[in-house]
Amino acid sequence: MLTLPPFTHHAPTSVDEALALLAQHKDALLIAGGTDLVPNMKHGLRSPAHLVSLRGLSSLAYTREENGEILLGATTLIQTLADDALVKKRLPALAEAAAQIAGPQLRRMGTLGGNLCLDTRCVYINQTHFWRRALGFCLKKDGTVCHVVKSGKRCVAAASNDTAPVLMTLGASVVLQSKHNVRRVPLTEFYVSDGIRNTVIGDDEILVEARIPAPRTGLCMAYEKLRQREAIDFPALGVAVTLSLDAQGLLETIRLAVTGLAARPQMVRCDDLAGRTVDEATAEAARHAFKQCHPLTNINIDPEWRREMIPIFVRRAIRRALSSPRR
Amino acid sequence: MTEEGKDGRRGVSIGRRQRKNEGRLKATGAAMYADDLRLPRMLFAKTVRSTEPHARIVRIDFSEAKKLPGVIETLAGHELPERYGVIPWTQDEQALCVDKVRFVGDPVAAVAALDERTAEEACALVRVEYEKLPALMDPDEALARTDVLIHDERGANHQDNLTKRVQLAFGPVDEKLAQSASIAEADFFYEGSTHAPIEPHCALAQWDGVTLTVWSSTQIPHYVHRALSKVLGLSAARVRVIQPVVGGAFGGKSDPFSLEFCVAKLAMKTGRPVKMLYTREEVFYAHRGRHPMKMRYRVGLSKEGAIEAVDSKIVIDGGAYASFGLVTAYYAGQLLTGPYRFGTYRFDAARVYTNKPPCGPKRGHGSVQPRFAFECALDMAAEKLGIDPIEVRRRNFVGENTETVNGQWITSNGFMQCLESVERASGWRERRGKLGFGRGLGVAGSMYISGTAYPVYPNQMPQSGVVVKLDRSGRVTVYCGASDIGQGINTLLAQIPAEELGCDPEDVSVVAADTDLTPVDLGAYSSRVTYMCGLAAIEACRKLRAQLDEVSEATDPFALRVEKAEAKAGTTLVSSGAYRTQKLGADYRGGTIGASPAYSFSAHVAQVSVDAETGLWKVERIWAAHDCGKALNPTLVEGQIEGSVYMGAGEAQMEAHTVYPENGLLRAPNLLDYRIPTSLDTPEIDSLIVESNDPSGPYGAKEAGEGPLHPAIPAIANAIHDAVGVRLTRLPFSPGDILRALRERKC
Repeated sequence: MLTLPPFTHHAPTSVDEALALLAQHKDALLIAGGTDLVPNMKHGLRSPAHLVSLRGLSSLAYTREENGEILLGATTLIQTLADDALVKKRLPALAEAAAQIAGPQLRRMGTLGGNLCLDTRCVYINQTHFWRRALGFCLKKDGTVCHVVKSGKRCVAAASNDTAPVLMTLGASVVLQSKHNVRRVPLTEFYVSDGIRNTVIGDDEILVEARIPAPRTGLCMAYEKLRQREAIDFPALGVAVTLSLDAQGLLETIRLAVTGLAARPQMVRCDDLAGRTVDEATAEAARHAFKQCHPLTNINIDPEWRREMIPIFVRRAIRRALSSPRR
Repeated sequence: MTEEGKDGRRGVSIGRRQRKNEGRLKATGAAMYADDLRLPRMLFAKTVRSTEPHARIVRIDFSEAKKLPGVIETLAGHELPERYGVIPWTQDEQALCVDKVRFVGDPVAAVAALDERTAEEACALVRVEYEKLPALMDPDEALARTDVLIHDERGANHQDNLTKRVQLAFGPVDEKLAQSASIAEADFFYEGSTHAPIEPHCALAQWDGVTLTVWSSTQIPHYVHRALSKVLGLSAARVRVIQPVVGGAFGGKSDPFSLEFCVAKLAMKTGRPVKMLYTREEVFYAHRGRHPMKMRYRVGLSKEGAIEAVDSKIVIDGGAYASFGLVTAYYAGQLLTGPYRFGTYRFDAARVYTNKPPCGPKRGHGSVQPRFAFECALDMAAEKLGIDPIEVRRRNFVGENTETVNGQWITSNGFMQCLESVERASGWRERRGKLGFGRGLGVAGSMYISGTAYPVYPNQMPQSGVVVKLDRSGRVTVYCGASDIGQGINTLLAQIPAEELGCDPEDVSVVAADTDLTPVDLGAYSSRVTYMCGLAAIEACRKLRAQLDEVSEATDPFALRVEKAEAKAGTTLVSSGAYRTQKLGADYRGGTIGASPAYSFSAHVAQVSVDAETGLWKVERIWAAHDCGKALNPTLVEGQIEGSVYMGAGEAQMEAHTVYPENGLLRAPNLLDYRIPTSLDTPEIDSLIVESNDPSGPYGAKEAGEGPLHPAIPAIANAIHDAVGVRLTRLPFSPGDILRALRERKC
């Protein structure tokens, strides 16, 4: 089988200890469930000298609501997000997204923090060193060219996290902690459109928590995932939506995000829809998404068909959000 | 003890549901697969593979690799130049490429080191200089080009890229087509697929200075034995091959593979045991999966629906080596001539070399692709006549104790019961056409061989041998060369003595697939094992049974019976049995290929749902009826039916083993990108056993491991047509293709 490059494994039991290790070792990476990092290490995409494990940090595994916010600890398991009573009640779209990540075993290893920090993916990069060498290395690792956009200078590997678009539509932010600092970054600003490294997290920082404004009564939400099989598939397209209607049943607010297309999960601009009927707003949102989103060959699935699916999945997400029980 | 039936069967074990005898070991993790074996001082080897699809090897430089601490030995192709190949007439493989490479992933060199990681790192340090050659990715182009030869070593008679072309005609096809009331004419394309066994290939070799022992995850220990002897230049009497527990094969382990020769040679060079385990990616390069086929079919029906003529032209994309390709070219035509009577038949099949991983036998070798095309074309032709798809199949039933248009002799035939069974179970009559737009039912039938009369290398010896030894403790030991690859032959080899001798099946020890200890069996391919080993085991057991019956009553305790018989015989109680190849088939050249002592028959009804907005579709349920002659262990037969349906449905839904044409790299060399269905993508499967009690098979049994795969794909295709009115002719059926077809239909 493919082997792992050698590394030193550290198992801190507190966040401070973990931060100290990060500060101490230049060439260190965090590992939680390892479901993303370990295959990438086997493929030669990462070869850190030190791994700092977050598995011993049980203090970061929690879900709770306080002071008008829902707080989700970074090492909360994906499966917990899918099953947790608070998440299912207050953030049902997040539970839906979590339940559709990978398969049962991986959901019990993978964490929320890991999914939010998931490395971008591309059919030309998530391959063995041998395969990438035979093709010619690309600009995400070891090379200078892009095999997706032939003359491209920027990496377009796809953001493939299912939880991110949901949390973006909910206005979530993440808490990043380093040895000397704690900062809070809105998730929409956490991601940048660079497939080589698509987040603003520093090498010395740990994503410790996601904070979501408690959804107000009447806010509807849904997540729709396009994939080729029913499990163990990254999104070929992920669509998250939150919306609310006014007393007359007209659209009041809508937030729409997509993932699985470009280097970062993307908010779809839907500024002009307040006050429209649901049918008008749905059709308009679908049109906006179709115009603003352009699937590439970074995923092994027909980009034309994926593009065609965008408006359909937007409509389905909205329809399902509205048909879910009101809170 | 129940009364003895006229077939000699008592029903104490045969026909009963019984656990696999290695099931507990597998479930608890105690089973020893090849990679679980460790020997003192063992080295790990890895393979250096070609990064070019087609190139001359100019130079291989090991100097940097040799400097890496922990590297013990290296190996290059010129050290093992002898060509081999499972089919004696097309031996075109070498353990490691000598002069040129023929696909990305072709093995070029090997390195042995103290540990796997070091061997992997060393491989990346081996510098191979290539001189690029034009690469041929399309079989039609490869046929047309004679200026680029993928195998230029084949001599003056082979100045082309053809592995084998077979053209056979039976009766006046053109005349009958001209007279047909309805003709379906269409092009079909089967995209290549691979086996994806969960256990990757693994081999371990030990050399003691005289004898070579190789443990390998193979399904053909006997052919590996012969190939090792040939390539290493050792007497076969000094080579031993052992097959440990195998974690899936499906035809993907029925060739000798590079790693078996490499570990053997490296063990001989170093004097230390050497192991090699393929990575998942290497399993995709080793491949031998189902061939891509471009197929053109013409099927003509009389106005009553009788099949007057079938005409096909098939181009088979073989990949870089022959493997079983010669047989593939025959099977693509020869195995289609049941369960229906063909008035006339003609086929022209060409198996072509391309610069891609080599194709070979995958479950339902050679015949799954034509079966897909034909069963769709049959529906198309019948639809024009307004004949129900089940009805047209019934009207064309070939019958039993009869000869097919190409001269194969059919003994038992339970196809009509299969059709009836799926028709009833699926509610075909009441439900078809009434499920609404987007949901549909489709049917297909098929036939498959229970082994072939033709051994892979011509010889007069038995195809299978069994030795049974009785111990005075009451323990029975069965020795057989057969490969259990999950299909359950080891369990059956315990059931047969239980049936014949009256012992407890748990008191039977099965020693299998070890060339030192067991009589030869040719291997687990062509669905031959239950039929042939079964008959051999019965023969061996019946000799012992006569000895037991002579001195004791069937009601006596078994150990006592053995004791009495051994005292009487004055020697250890041992007997042997064999399956001797029968003369079968027709007289024309190729008439014996596809000739089988007994044929199995299957019929499926598939129910699908199609989302016409997205093209996403699902197989909801498959009713699969299979005539296995006699279900010797119904649980195992159902397992084979379910596994077959699962595999066929996966090929229809999503499986595609393809390369980028511009560089020859595999698009999906891992199990994330090469999608096989998960349990959630798998339809409900109703396994319906039909027993036609074949007069020649063991207790009436025929095969069950490959036949039930065939109808799955066309039944699904026909169901999609029923659901949304589009006829898909390219596999796999992607949602995008369905949408495009729906759009074209509207236009």
